[in-house]
Amino acid sequence: MRLVINGKETDCSENLTVTELLVEQEVKMPDMVSVELNGQILRRHEFENTALKENDKVEFLYFMGGGRELK
Amino acid sequence: MSLNERQIERYSRQIILEEVGGTGQEKLLSSKVLIVGAGGLGAPAALYLAAAGVGTIGIVDYDKVDLTNLQRQIIHYTSDIGTDKVNSAKAKIQAINPDVTVRIHQARLTAENISEIIHQYDFVIDGTDNFPAKFLINDACYFEKIPFSHAGILRFDGQLITVLPGETTCYRCIFRSPPPAGVVPSCSQAGVIGALAGVIGSLQAAEAIKYLLGIGSLLTNTLLTYNTLTMEFRKVWLNRNPNCPLCGKNPQITELMDQEQVVCDLKSCKC
Repeated sequence: MRLVINGKETDCSENLTVTELLVEQEVKMPDMVSVELNGQILRRHEFENTALKENDKVEFLYFMGGGRELK
Repeated sequence: MSLNERQIERYSRQIILEEVGGTGQEKLLSSKVLIVGAGGLGAPAALYLAAAGVGTIGIVDYDKVDLTNLQRQIIHYTSDIGTDKVNSAKAKIQAINPDVTVRIHQARLTAENISEIIHQYDFVIDGTDNFPAKFLINDACYFEKIPFSHAGILRFDGQLITVLPGETTCYRCIFRSPPPAGVVPSCSQAGVIGALAGVIGSLQAAEAIKYLLGIGSLLTNTLLTYNTLTMEFRKVWLNRNPNCPLCGKNPQITELMDQEQVVCDLKSCKC
């Protein structure tokens, strides 16, 4: 099925859950990624029961630090 | 406040803009912006806000200038190595523009001191590199109702969002709680391009100026992401999260927590 992942149309396996998509897309440190599905941020415990559909819009959002060095 | 001739000349290139004008310039001169972290993001933000004539600029930092900072923290010079970052930043801001009053806060922000500090300002720029601080700034700005610009950078990527607390998507709407220490690499571990910090820090300064002047569309409910290698900017629309533990329908966070408690909470929560 076709999903829009971070703005790019992407061919993915059929009948994926969000958890399975994170694996298939080889997202590093999936526990540290926030996922927005069609405009709604998902709770982490919803990942494994949320099934994706054709043309769903998925955003993987990553933690990023900043310019101020932490010692 | 009325502008003198030197000020009219100094700020002429922005006073000439219809959206700014003399009234806008007076607004900037009477505005107060707090910059948390005089580092890669805070440096360009502070320099541009100073040059634009933001009348009061606060700088929070407890660290000293290190040789490794100079690749991107352009407010500090080689001769500043070993000196306090707040003093180094203050000297450059005042050298650029003596109109600006600089308040230095040589402290580590904590749940105890943050509210008192941010309360003195109209807008806050988060230029920190540590997640507990980013969450603390988000939470304190929510409770004090002070708008702020959040940003992060790593390697070649950067992102930022402007938050009007209680009205628009906050940092906790996107990320519920800080990652465990050490899981997300820092710039010192993973590297970062200095010019990327310049791009994102400058965008934070632009957001502050727009907010202070009340012009344009702020980067609210929208995360702007930028990749230096592809030169792609993307806007990710982010609705407010009804499950947000801070600004959602049933908030679990009702007071400021210190960093340790935040990390403990992450371990025990089932999110």
